[in-house]
Amino acid sequence: MILPGFPDAAPLAGLVGGVLIGLAASVMLLGLGRIAGVSGIAARATGISGEGMPRSGAWMFVLGLPMGAAIVAGLSNGIEASFAGPVVLIVAGLLVGIGTRLGSGCTSGHGVCGVSRLSQRSLVATGTFMIAGIATVAVMNALGLDVLR
Amino acid sequence: MIARLIAPLVSGTLFGAGLALGGMTNPARVRGFLDLFGEWDPTLAFVMGGAMIVMAIAWRVQLRLSNPIFAEGFALPDRTDLTAKLVGGSALFGIGWGIAGLCPGPGIAALVIEPALAAIFVAAMLVGMGLAQISQRSS
Repeated sequence: MILPGFPDAAPLAGLVGGVLIGLAASVMLLGLGRIAGVSGIAARATGISGEGMPRSGAWMFVLGLPMGAAIVAGLSNGIEASFAGPVVLIVAGLLVGIGTRLGSGCTSGHGVCGVSRLSQRSLVATGTFMIAGIATVAVMNALGLDVLR
Repeated sequence: MIARLIAPLVSGTLFGAGLALGGMTNPARVRGFLDLFGEWDPTLAFVMGGAMIVMAIAWRVQLRLSNPIFAEGFALPDRTDLTAKLVGGSALFGIGWGIAGLCPGPGIAALVIEPALAAIFVAAMLVGMGLAQISQRSS
């Protein structure tokens, strides 16, 4: 399916992928009574955070993420990905790690779970990281910084 | 109880599959979505939309349950205070997200797609999380 005006967009794959993410978060909510927030669960699994679900369950969720991606990669002819280089990834990773802990969540916990619940904190957090992300890309493009390989 | 291990594994696997299918494990796709003033790629709006539709229903169902299916009691965030930490942290996260086009879930899922580079991102992210945790303990 091609979106008029956006030949590179993949709306159908995006929608189906989004439904899978919604189902994943539903299993976490209705099955275990918790928010499927990846940053919080990753911090819990690694012992960085002492709060949240049992560590064994947190590890199972974290292990599932690459498993799910591997299944999709196996069923399709690999998955396209162009990454930034190591130095950029280290800077970005540090910011993402610090920011998600201070901000109590990321795109999954705030963006998917919190916004769909109309949580005031999540709406503010999501608005903030969206604006920051858009501004960052705009500034980098204006400076001619092309970081992806 | 085995369901308390199987349920999060199923959730994580569905999540990872959705991220990969939706293009979120490709930083070029994510940065294209954030490139609102350039060559905008709306794909991730469809990802968010699909997830929202399902979760809006799940929250409706949740209201009717007194307990989750495999656990005793719901453990959901109940804070409503808007703090500088929430906004500042989210801004830092957004900057990092914009720089490399990766957030935590896709970073971890991409360990099987672009192993070495994803591992560098995830390792740096965990260091960042640890630093934030230490700074919060000492303040």
